[in-house]
Amino acid sequence: MIKFRSAWYALPNLVRFLVRRLFVGALLCLGITFVSFALTQVVPGDPVSANLGDRAASDPEIVAAFRARYGLDKPIPEQYLLYVERLFHGDLGEAQQTHRPVTTDLAQYLPATIELASAAMILALVFGISLGVIAAIKRDGWPDQVIRIVSLAGVSVPTFWLALVTLYVFFFKLGIAPGVGRLNPGGKAPPAITNMFTIDSLLTGQWATFGTAVSHIVLPALVLAIYTVGSITRFTRAAMLESLNQDYVRSARAKGLPERTVILRHAMRPALAAIVTVAGMAFGRMLSGTVLVESVFSWPGIGQYAYKSALALDLRAIMGVSLVVAVIYIVVNMAVDLIYALIDPRIRLG
Amino acid sequence: MSSQLAKPPLLSIEGLTISLPTAEGHRAEAVRGVDLAIGRGEIVGLAGESGSGKTLTALSVLGLLPGGARSGGRIFFEERDLLASGRAARAVRGSEVAMVFQDPMTALHPMLSIGRQMTEHVRFHLHLSQHAADAVAVEMLDRVRIPNPREAMTRYPHQFSGGMRQRIAIASALAAGPKLLIADEPTTALDVTVQAGILRLIEGLRRELQLSVLLITHDLGVMSALADRVYVMYAGRVVERGARSDVLALPRHPYTRGLLDALPHGSPSDHPLRALPGSPPAIGRFPVGCAFHPRCRFAEDICRADVPDLMPVAPGRVIACPIDPLMAVPA
Repeated sequence: MIKFRSAWYALPNLVRFLVRRLFVGALLCLGITFVSFALTQVVPGDPVSANLGDRAASDPEIVAAFRARYGLDKPIPEQYLLYVERLFHGDLGEAQQTHRPVTTDLAQYLPATIELASAAMILALVFGISLGVIAAIKRDGWPDQVIRIVSLAGVSVPTFWLALVTLYVFFFKLGIAPGVGRLNPGGKAPPAITNMFTIDSLLTGQWATFGTAVSHIVLPALVLAIYTVGSITRFTRAAMLESLNQDYVRSARAKGLPERTVILRHAMRPALAAIVTVAGMAFGRMLSGTVLVESVFSWPGIGQYAYKSALALDLRAIMGVSLVVAVIYIVVNMAVDLIYALIDPRIRLG
Repeated sequence: MSSQLAKPPLLSIEGLTISLPTAEGHRAEAVRGVDLAIGRGEIVGLAGESGSGKTLTALSVLGLLPGGARSGGRIFFEERDLLASGRAARAVRGSEVAMVFQDPMTALHPMLSIGRQMTEHVRFHLHLSQHAADAVAVEMLDRVRIPNPREAMTRYPHQFSGGMRQRIAIASALAAGPKLLIADEPTTALDVTVQAGILRLIEGLRRELQLSVLLITHDLGVMSALADRVYVMYAGRVVERGARSDVLALPRHPYTRGLLDALPHGSPSDHPLRALPGSPPAIGRFPVGCAFHPRCRFAEDICRADVPDLMPVAPGRVIACPIDPLMAVPA
C-alpha cells in the first residue's frame, strides 16, 4: 500500500490528474446508465404500443416476439445487468426505431451535432470575447451600451423562435442563406472520415462540397451561438473590467508597454481563465439547445435522434444518447480544467 | 547637494495642479501648485499622509493619472515637457522613468513568468532580441540579489516571498535602463526585517547606476534612511522642503514636526509618542487658509484666512507657515 502510494505520487501531476479524472468519469458514466435506465422504467408508456401498430400490438405472438427481441421479457434488474455487460463490449444494443445498433446510429448522428456545436462555439467565442473586450474598454460609452443591448437580447431571445425567424428571413425572403439540411438537396456527402462534412470535404480536397457545407452550417450555428455570445460577452466584460483595475495592469502601463499589449496580454490573461469556464458550461448547454435548432434546420444530429427516440420510448437509443452526452460533458470539463491550468500557473493539477 | 542642483535638474515639476471629478459631478483640486525638482543621482523623498497628493504627483510624471483627472502646470524631464502631450509622457514611460508600486503581491502579473515580465518592455523599448533581453534581465535580477536568476526567469511570482517579489519588481522597473525611478511606498507592504534590505538595495542601485529616485512614503523612518532631500506634502501642497538631515533634525513646519513626533525613535522613556490630532482632510474638503490649521497647535487667525506661501527660512530650506513654530510658543 505504502509502495503504491509513493509510486502514485512519483507520477507527474498531469498523469495523476488524468488517471483520477478518467476513473471518476467512468464511475459517473456507470451512474448515468443506471439513472437513465431507471428513468426509462418509471416513465409511463409502453415501448410495445409506441413501436407496434394497433394490429400488431393486439397480437400476443408479435408482442412476445418484440419483447423477446429487445430483452423486455426479462426481469428489470437482469435487463440492466445485461445492458451493462454489453456496454463493456462496446455494444449499446439495438435501436427499435432504426433497427440498427445504437453505436451505428450515434456514429452517424453525433458528428453532425459536434460539427454544429463546434461551429457555434467558435462563433460564440470570437464574437463574445471581442464584444466583451470592446465593451470593457469603452465602459459606459456608446459601444458599451449597444453591446449591452445586443448581449441582453442574445440571452433573452428563445432559440426556437430565432431559428424560425432567421430561416424565414434569410432563406425564404432574402434568399441569402441556403435551405435546411447539411448539404443542398441531392448533394453528395464527402467520403466519411469523421462524418463532419466540413472537415471531411477539406481532408479530401472537395472544395465545392466544403463551400456548400460551410454555407449550410453558418445560419444554424449562428442561431445556436446567440445565447452563448450573450453570456460570454457579459462574462468577458465583467472579467476584463476587474482585471483592468488590477495593480499588475497598472504596472504594465508603467512599463510603457503599448496599450494593445497591456489589454491583450496582461488584462486578457486572467479574463481568459474565467471565459474558459463559462465556455465549457456553454458547450454543454449547446448540446441540449441543439434539439430545437436541429429540428428547425432539419439537421440530422443527435438532438433530433434523441427527440425521436424519446417519443418512441426507444430505451436503448435514449440510454446511448445519455451516455454519449455524459461522456462529452466529462471530456469538456476535463479540457476546461486542463486549459485553466495552462492559463494560470498557480493552479496545480492532480 | 548644491552642486547637484546647480546643474539643470533631471526632473522639474512646476506649478503642478491635478483635479479629480467628484461623486457629485464637480471637480476637486487634489494637487494645488506643486514645485519639485530632482537632480541626477539624487534621492528625493516625498512625504505626507494618504490623500496629500503625493501618489498623484508621481503618477502624473508617467502620464498615468486615473481617468477623469486633469492636470495643469509643467513637468520637465530633461527639457521635455511631459504634460504638453500624451506622446511625450508615453515616450519616457518605462524607458526613462520607471515606477515601483507599494504592494509586490499584486504589482507583478500572477500568470506571466518572471522572464516575460522582465523582458517584454526591454524588448519593446530597446529593440532587443529575446535572447539579448534575457541577458539584460538575468543581469538585473542578479544585481538585486535574486539567487539563481536564470532559473528565476522561468518561475512565477507566487513562488517568491514578498521581499523577493519587490526585488523582482525593482529589477523589472530598472531593466530598460531608466534614469529616474519612482518608488511609491516600496517597503510599506513588507515585513520590517525585509524593509531594510530593500532600502539598502535602492541606495546601492542609485550609486551603481547613477539613478535618480523619487521616494514616496508616509514613513519618515524610511525617508531618513535614504533621501538626500525631503518634500513634505499636505492637502495637495508642499509645506516643507529641505535637506533630509536638516528637516528631520529640526522640522520647521508644524505638520512635519507632528509627523516626527509620531515616530518612535530614541529611548521610549524620554520621548513619549504623540499622535497628530485629527485626520488628514479628504480631497474636495480641504480647509480654507492653511489646510493644516484645524490640526495645528500653533494656529492663529492668519492661518485660517490666508494660504501661506513657501518662504525660505534657511539655505535650501522652505516652509509654508507664517508662524515659524521654532519661534512660537504653542497656544
